[in-house]
Amino acid sequence: MSFYDVLQKYKQNVVFERIQSVSREEVDRVLSKEIFSIDDYLVLISPAASDFLEEMARKAQRITLQHFGRAVVLYAPLYLANYCVNNCLYCGFNVHNDLDRRKLTMEELRVEAKAISEMGIRHILLLTGESRKHSPVEYIRDCVKIIAEYFTSISLEVYPLDEEDYRLLVNSGVDGLTIYQEVYDEDVYKTMHPSGPKKDFRYRLDTPERGCRSGMRSVGIGALMGLGNWRTEAFYTALHAHYLTGKYSEVEISLSIPRMRPHTGSFEVPSPVGDRDFVQIMLAARLFLRHVGITVSTRERASFRDNLVGLGLTRMSAGSVTEVGGYNEKRGDGQFEISDDRSVEEIRQMLYGKGFQPVFKDWQYI
Amino acid sequence: MSKDTLVIGGIELRSRLFIGSGKYSSNALIPKIVDKSGAQVVTVAVRRVDLESKDENMLNFIPKECVLMPNTSGARNAEEAVRIARLAKAMGCGNWIKIEVISDTKYLLPDNFETLKATEILAKEGFVVLPYMSPDLMMAKRMRDAGAAAVMPLGAPIGTNKGLKTKELVKIMIDEIDLPIVVDAGIGKPSEAAEAMELGAAAVLVNTAIASAGDAVSMSEAFSLAVRAGRMAYLAGTGAVKDFAEASSPLTGFLNG
Ligand code: SF4
Repeated sequence: MSFYDVLQKYKQNVVFERIQSVSREEVDRVLSKEIFSIDDYLVLISPAASDFLEEMARKAQRITLQHFGRAVVLYAPLYLANYCVNNCLYCGFNVHNDLDRRKLTMEELRVEAKAISEMGIRHILLLTGESRKHSPVEYIRDCVKIIAEYFTSISLEVYPLDEEDYRLLVNSGVDGLTIYQEVYDEDVYKTMHPSGPKKDFRYRLDTPERGCRSGMRSVGIGALMGLGNWRTEAFYTALHAHYLTGKYSEVEISLSIPRMRPHTGSFEVPSPVGDRDFVQIMLAARLFLRHVGITVSTRERASFRDNLVGLGLTRMSAGSVTEVGGYNEKRGDGQFEISDDRSVEEIRQMLYGKGFQPVFKDWQYI
Repeated sequence: MSKDTLVIGGIELRSRLFIGSGKYSSNALIPKIVDKSGAQVVTVAVRRVDLESKDENMLNFIPKECVLMPNTSGARNAEEAVRIARLAKAMGCGNWIKIEVISDTKYLLPDNFETLKATEILAKEGFVVLPYMSPDLMMAKRMRDAGAAAVMPLGAPIGTNKGLKTKELVKIMIDEIDLPIVVDAGIGKPSEAAEAMELGAAAVLVNTAIASAGDAVSMSEAFSLAVRAGRMAYLAGTGAVKDFAEASSPLTGFLNG
């Protein structure tokens, strides 16, 4: 069985209507609980629950503190290549965008890695667009070998691979995988991904599972908030995380709530997610998925991110650059615009100021 | 009253409160907590030790007179635990190791079987091994036979602060196993630490409850007092309730005469 089968059981319109029909009384009753089921989660992301954010926040804060303490793990992204054969309507790297395409040579990679590690970062996230010609698995593997000299934990956010490829990369030093479904609504997915291998909804949907089976110790999932109705998307994301934690209990599953930002090209966000909405998604996720890490990237504004510390967030990127080679030379053609451009040192001070410890090293590849 | 000492791995311990080192708002709190609570054994997640960082390397914040108890948090099986333990030794963290093997990220319950395997290997290599485990008498006996220096049953699942939910099982371990029993995980309040000590636990390990307190330093002192009070009560004889008859029956023995 794959998550696809689970997804079939929860029809979009049924889930949507159920979420819309939740009453205040139901929210009240659910909020008196300590342990939450998927049905409770559905109640927590309803319009009715949006009036209960303060109460949800108090609970979420307590749970986060209990499970993660006063600590936030920091990481940085590193873009290896921006070649891409896909045509995701919302992405600055999409095949039709006129963009200076490049990929890092091993020498350039070393320079980038050194620059990032000198900022104190120990956990790195490697990213590429999808191009088996320009950035094949072997290229990624070679990069990993160099990167391993500078960082204690390496995660990948690259195009979906087969299980054997993941295993090869795990054996080369990778311990984490991030793969966003982008959108769980299959119809919207098809509209957003009109061409390229990414068209295959099902292959992408099963990617986290392949990662889990390949020996990754952590797997992060998420939906690109703004593409589909955010309440149903939040529902499916949590359902997916819940499914994975149940089936692959030895893997650390984490969640991200990437919100659409402006980017190169012109794409109108179909279903914008406001700050309150974002917070509701995060709080509901924390209540339902107590031990699951929640990552917030620099897509979010500095002041907004700061306020999320303690509420559920457990991991954040710092000093991020989203363009290839951007840590040494900025050109302004990143995948998306950074909304929090503070340095690692500034983030570090901010966390201390809020009574939280920045954790640079939370794992060491063994 | 004769001197009440706790010896683990050949080290005589002054304090029966073991503390954690992660989860605090800042590493700079560690020396203050050690000072206020008098805690001597400090557990350290090897995964988080960063020897290369001056500011963030928590080892730099742990006073020299403390006994380091590196732990294998993050290990999913015996093999990973063993590798982490060796890494700890190579990092200069001494030869104590708290084995923590968790293959279930949902409930964070320890995997006793893998823990036993790691205990066996590491004890042979000369480590002072303290396995963290779900309270199970037979498993604890096997841990002892494999060379554990103490066993650390959980009071409640990690980070739940639910108190001594496993009391009955821990009590059996205390009664039946001739090793120090250190209650680890789940203790949320000083009163619960006192309860574990009254029961006869050799020590308790408290991390989350101190780290997540409004004033962690004060809370560590409160725990320290509670642990001492509990120990004193245990030694004074809390009139332990026995669930089955003792071998000799001082009150009714005459009936057998
Ligand atoms: S989202 Fe990824 S796959 Fe889609 S166009 Fe951008 S880089 Fe390519």
